[in-house]
Amino acid sequence: MPDEIELRLLIEAIYLRYSYDFRDYSKASLKRRVRQAQAQLDCPTISALQARILHEPQAFMQLLQYLTIPVSEMFRDPEYFLALREQVVPLLHTYPSLKVWVAGCSTGEEVYSLAILLHEEDLLERTMIYATDINPHSLEKAEQGIFALDNLRTYTQNYQLSGGKRAFSDYYSAAYDRVLFDKSLRANVTFADHSLATDSVFAETHLVSCRNVLIYFNRDLQDRALGLFHDSLCHRGFLGLGSKESLDFSTYARQFEAVSRPERIFRKR
Amino acid sequence: MSSQRINLRGQVRAPLQALLIGASAGGVEALLSLLEDLPPDYRLPVVCLLHQPERSDSLLADLLQRRLKLPAKEAEDKEYLRGGVVYVAPAGYHLSIETDRSFSLSREEPRHFSRPSIDILFESAADAYGEQLAAALLTGANEDGAAGLLAIKQAGGLTLVQEPADALVPTMPNAALALLKPDFLLSINAMRLLLAELDALPC
Repeated sequence: MPDEIELRLLIEAIYLRYSYDFRDYSKASLKRRVRQAQAQLDCPTISALQARILHEPQAFMQLLQYLTIPVSEMFRDPEYFLALREQVVPLLHTYPSLKVWVAGCSTGEEVYSLAILLHEEDLLERTMIYATDINPHSLEKAEQGIFALDNLRTYTQNYQLSGGKRAFSDYYSAAYDRVLFDKSLRANVTFADHSLATDSVFAETHLVSCRNVLIYFNRDLQDRALGLFHDSLCHRGFLGLGSKESLDFSTYARQFEAVSRPERIFRKR
Repeated sequence: MSSQRINLRGQVRAPLQALLIGASAGGVEALLSLLEDLPPDYRLPVVCLLHQPERSDSLLADLLQRRLKLPAKEAEDKEYLRGGVVYVAPAGYHLSIETDRSFSLSREEPRHFSRPSIDILFESAADAYGEQLAAALLTGANEDGAAGLLAIKQAGGLTLVQEPADALVPTMPNAALALLKPDFLLSINAMRLLLAELDALPC
């Protein structure tokens, strides 16, 4: 089919021109997002979009916003955070200092959620959080810690269900249609550009949280990412995945054991 | 019974490799009566997408597992489709089929207020299977699925729509009929017979 060929060529062009590697992403979702960008950038075909992004870096940055999915919420899947609190935090307390990697942090909702959880468990001060993503705009937003007021009701409910110990409003100040999260939450957070497709391990960590990122990868790239997490994690370190993600189809399946299977929290053997 | 048998010769253009079913309001009962009689040696994979609330833990797979003669399970990310298995789309994620005929999940925006969306499943499956695909759109109070069924028809697949008069909520079948002329417009009872026939076709 011509559009399958065009899609492959576009992905190759992006890789050659900008070094962003989408070659091992799941194609069905990628194609839908390229189609959306194509309509938005007013290109009649994927080939036309390809010509445009090759010559206009600005247009590529616009396309990139479609190719990375900035759909996230704070304390998404509250049961995950509850399981972290109850089953992982007690073990994290045994380390004198902690390193946490939020891989594919998007616009930062999960980073602030984890920071709040660690703060309430008296761990934040001795923790270094690495928050990484491939999208510079998302990282910039994440670093600002400003979120839309519209979503706050959901976030507050999620926070309460996740075992939150205070009033959620203790952590932010609202102005107009936005809320600004307390900057002390990100005092120990390093936001960094990192690709699970092309970059390597940068630190030894105790907990890796990477949720709803692997679903966009094919099996090969899932394995590459899981390999990075495995290499980054310390002996008996923890790995948290999205609610429908698993290690079952991975070559790393035997290198982890389940801490909480329903909440997709695993531990390095 | 033989008078009710539906002649499929000339309708199916290629050996079928998968069957998809989309439904919304009223869909549980429709799915059960449609699939209950499928024999344990059914050859095709059957993928069911029923609209349900974002956070509901899917009880549908359990229900189907108990009531059907075929094994039923929730579709998992990167799992290859296998014949004779009934798959159910998980809540809160879009379900696609890749060209290597494995499932993939995604968290893109809802379409027609739905995640999972039938359009997304059907459109991706049209790319993956082309004319080797059959898809049915059943009762529902929403227009999701019509555009997806059109994509399947354009790719040469076999399209089935539940007769609006037979549907608990006719919005979804009507939306499909506004966009395309399906190969078959049938009641659930007639469709049940057809599904058995589909599997019996030489491949």
